[in-house]
This record gives sequence, C-alpha cells and structure tokens, in this order.
Amino acid sequence: MKENKKRQNLRRVAIDPITRVEGHGKITLLLDENSRVQEARLHIVEFRGFEKFIQGRPYWEVPFFVQRLCGICPVSHHLAAAKAIDQLVGVEQLTPTAEKLRRLLHFGQVLQSHALHFFHLSSPDLLFGFGSNLAHRNIVGVIEDYPDLALKGVKLRKYGQQIIKAITGKRIHGTAAIAGGMNKALSLEDRNGLLENINDILSWTQEAVTLNEQIHTSHAENHNFAAIQSHFLSMVDGEGALELYHGGLRATSITGEKIFDQFDYRGYQEIIREEVRPWSYMKFPFLTELGKENGWYRVGPLARLNSCDFISTPQAEAARKRFRAFADGGLVQDTLAYHWARMIETLHCAEAIHDLLHDPDICGTDLMVHSNEKRKEGIGVIEAPRGTLFHHYIINEEGLVEKANLIVSTTSNNQAMNESVRAVADAYIDGNEITEGLLNHLEVAVRAYDPCLSCATHALGKMPLQVELIGASGQQVDRLFKHSDGTIER
Amino acid sequence: MSANPAMPPSPKKILCFGYGNPGRGDDALGPELINYIETQELKNVECICDMQLQVEDITELTGREKIIFIDADMSCEAPFQYSQISARKDCSYTSHAMTPEALLYAYWKTYGKEAPPAYMLRIRGYQFELGESLSTAAEVNLGEVRKLLRIWGSDMNSLFINNKIKD
Repeated sequence: MKENKKRQNLRRVAIDPITRVEGHGKITLLLDENSRVQEARLHIVEFRGFEKFIQGRPYWEVPFFVQRLCGICPVSHHLAAAKAIDQLVGVEQLTPTAEKLRRLLHFGQVLQSHALHFFHLSSPDLLFGFGSNLAHRNIVGVIEDYPDLALKGVKLRKYGQQIIKAITGKRIHGTAAIAGGMNKALSLEDRNGLLENINDILSWTQEAVTLNEQIHTSHAENHNFAAIQSHFLSMVDGEGALELYHGGLRATSITGEKIFDQFDYRGYQEIIREEVRPWSYMKFPFLTELGKENGWYRVGPLARLNSCDFISTPQAEAARKRFRAFADGGLVQDTLAYHWARMIETLHCAEAIHDLLHDPDICGTDLMVHSNEKRKEGIGVIEAPRGTLFHHYIINEEGLVEKANLIVSTTSNNQAMNESVRAVADAYIDGNEITEGLLNHLEVAVRAYDPCLSCATHALGKMPLQVELIGASGQQVDRLFKHSDGTIER
Repeated sequence: MSANPAMPPSPKKILCFGYGNPGRGDDALGPELINYIETQELKNVECICDMQLQVEDITELTGREKIIFIDADMSCEAPFQYSQISARKDCSYTSHAMTPEALLYAYWKTYGKEAPPAYMLRIRGYQFELGESLSTAAEVNLGEVRKLLRIWGSDMNSLFINNKIKD
C-alpha cells in the first residue's frame, strides 16, 4: 500500500471504531489539499495479548481457555487448539465418531457465524443501500421490512447454537474436544431433535444463496466496489474439495495458478511470514515465496470458493459452479462477492450437517484414542468462518504452554482490508462534508471480510464511533460522534 | 421451529441472562453472578450465560414472566444499578453490542407483541483487558449483589418477582 512520506500538508479523517464488525478498529485517511486520498490505513489493535493469555496454562486446558478469545467464533479456537493438543499427546487419527462430532460442531459454528454476518451485519447494507438512513440500516430495519427473511436468519443462528449445545453440553465454553478425541457422545435424543429442523435449514440456506447471488449479479456497481486483485489461501482435502476441518494448504495466485498445494500445515512457518508495522498491533502475513510486497493474500469464504476444485455436497457444488461461472471460470475477485461465497458455504454446512446427522457413527461411543507418546510441539489449523486459523503451541516438561503463536483469519486479511479501504476511499471520498453514509462505504468494504477484532467486551457506556477531520494545520475541521444507540452528534 | 431437547418446551418463569467475556477482566461480572445464582438451584429461575446478546436471543424470551439482564457497566454508579427497561429502537449495530432494549424491540417486531417485563442489573466494572481477572473493586461490587441475594436466601424467587433488589 502506498505510504506517504510528506504528511505535513495532509488532513486526517478518522473513523473510530468501525461499526458492525466484531470488535473495534479505526480507519484513518490522509487527504491532500485537493482532497485526494494519499494514504489509507485500517488500524486494528486487538490481537495483542493472545499468546500471553495462553502462556503458562496446562496444555489440556488450552482448548477450553481459548474459547474466551472471541465471543463470535469460540468453537473455531476450541477446535484449532484441540487439533494442536492431539499432536502433543501423539494422536494423528481420531476415532470415526470423534472426528465426525468435531466436524458437526464445526459446521454448526460456521453456519451460525455466517448467518450472523449476513442476516445481522451485512444484509442492512445490501438490502437498503450503503448510504441509506442509519436509523433503519440495521437488523431491526431488516426485521421491519423483511420479517420473513430476518426470522429465518434468527432461526439459522439458533439452530447452529443448538448443535453447539447438543455436542458441548453448554451454550458457551463447553468442553467437547479434548486431547485425542471428544469427551461425550451425542445422544440419540439430541440427534433426533436436530433432525427435526434440518430440512428447513437446508431450504433457508438455499434461499440465502439465491438472494445473495441475485444481489451480487444484478448490481453492477457492487462488482468493482472495493475491488482488489489478490492471491488466495485455504485448506482443501486430498482431492481438492472445499475442506473446513482438516486438509492441506493451497495457495492460488492472482492468475489462478497454484503457488503450492496440499502443503502440510505443520510446516506453515516455511510458507508464511508475518511483518510488523509500527502503526498497527496486527501483523501483516505474506507468502514467503512471493515476498512482503507481493505476497499478501486473502482467506475466508472468497478464498475457499476460488481455491477449491469442487464442493462435496451437491447443492453447494451447483452454487459454486454458478459462482465461478460469474467470472467466466476465472477467479472471483469482487470483494462484495464474499457475501455470496459465505452463503454458499452456509448451504454446504447445512448439507454436511444433514449427512452427519444421518451417519450411524454420529451417536457412537468410541470417542478417544490414547497414546503414550508425548511431544513438545503441536500445530492445529482449521478453516474458521473468516478463514484459515493457525494455533501453534510449544510446551515444557510440566505440560505448561511455553510459547504460543496464533495467526487468526482476520490477520491474514489485514493487507487486503487495507487495500480495499484505499480503493473505496479513492472512489468515494471527495473532501466534501463527512457524512455517515459516505463513511459507511468504507465500513462496507471492511465488513465484507467479516473481520473479527476479538473484542467480546461489550460493557455499557462506551463510545462506539468517533470521526474526526483534521485540517492540514492540525486543527479540527469536522467531528462526528456515533453513540452506542446509533444517534449521531456533530 | 419445533421444540427439541436443546430448547426446553416450557420455559421457567424468570430468566436471568448474564453476559460478558469471562476472559476479559470485569466483563466477567455477568457470568460470575449467573454462576452464583445457578448454585442456588431455584425452581422458577432459568439462567443463561453468553458472551454477548445476539438477535436470536429473542427466542429465549418467549413465555417468561420476567427477564433480568445482567451485565458489567463502565458508567453506572457502584456497586450496581437495577432498573426496568423497555423496548427501544436503537442502532446497536455491532455484533457484540446488541442492547437489551434493542433485543426487546426486535422481539416485538418479530412476534408482533411486547416482550415480558424486563429489568437490567448493571454491576459496576472498571477494567476489561484480555487475560485479566476481576478487579478488586469489581469483586467488592459483585459481593454486594451476592450479599443481597444471600439475605433473601431461599426466598430469592420473591426477591426477583417483587423487584426488591434496590440500589
């Protein structure tokens, strides 16, 4: 991204924090005297402390504790950590039931998280327009204008929650996955309860795909919105299919060539490096082979849909084919196509849940593999809702975590989000009065990535949004407060 | 959606819904109090704990006589505040910050009727960093709430039903 060396004659626009993303971030724009964007930065200050949070804990507690890193995707952290500690106890292959239970748990989490993002966070922008009335552009507005759609979103999330509760025994912070397997079986009663609603879930997710496909293909202005060209990183299975739980890493270049394929994720440090920049606590990962200037990449639904050769479930595969046909078989680079890709994955999750609930192994009781082997290092990788998630632990003789390294999905998308912010700023910020609608265009670009800034703190009384326009002389030219109730004060 | 084992068909009269991240310092106040109330095994009280309120939580409100939301608060007076709340259309647009009032409003718009009477128990918190435990001052405030609950002891149902929790 362009770094401006001559900042003294620039004015600064700050959007702090971004709304309707999980957590808090800030966008700053530096405009020159002609109101042209010279520099755009997305500042995220959240991931500091993850490793410290984990250090010193007994390895067997880690899958439980990491759920507290994030209120939106605790299950993803739980499973990534569980895969890492499987290695610490020398378990390479779980029992069929344990692996299927983990997959079912993961599909429930992804379905729930994706449903939240579309129905709750992004549909207001997509249905009402990026610059529409703020008071209406939210989930309540969707409930008012599209009650049927909104209720389906609510029920989809509820269903995902029911899966999580049925498997972990708790709504949050359950103890499902443990080193070498799972700690409890799924009861027939719970399985049957989940089966009661699966056909509705399939139907609603198919409708969500159709809606997103229609929104994206029929709005030409969305195709180039926040448009960037990037490489993609995701996991695929041994045959190249979309894989959310376990597989090899595949990186696809801007031109569609495979940079690497079926790479064992335990060697991730060979292929990914992380750059630190002074103005953000969040690192900037890049593919080692391509270098830090050209090696940045995108992860998440858009990456997964572009990288995989096929999807193993029929309805999602049909949707994937239409998705790729949209780009004439090439890569779909449209940033707003993240939403469409996300719903295709939601449909895939629904189909996979359907199949697993009908699988005779799913209520089995053979849940654990025991091994006498002890290892000092474990690496677990999973495709979380927002993208590839890495958990890496090194333990000491006492079994306490000595070192931890996490690369969360949003970190992988860091540079891409910055590039998208700049693209939107170039196109829409013209130096006129800063309006909420105008600024929301920037936020729409960031929200497409569904960034998780891991700020589950929600204590009342915080100021959620502050916008400042600072003139070249350093004085405040304009200021905008967006309060926690959504009211705007200038 | 029809009932299933993960969603009890006949909810208890009183719902105590505490929320917050137990891994972020004083944000654990809501979950901590929920843990305490659960130990009392009150027959008419159901406890739910989560990291934050989400729109699907409207499904938890149906069929209750009373709802009590419990959360840490950075701006209320110490040790706590307890007050009735009502549905309000706001723009709690961050996924982790849907307010109880907005949830009640979403309930009303979704189901076409008002949600059951709802109250907000705010416990004063001070620090919210990842990995921190409860601050000493927050512990004191939590203790004040617990003390009040202990005074009522086995009659905690009455405490909630008659709104005798006062600051």
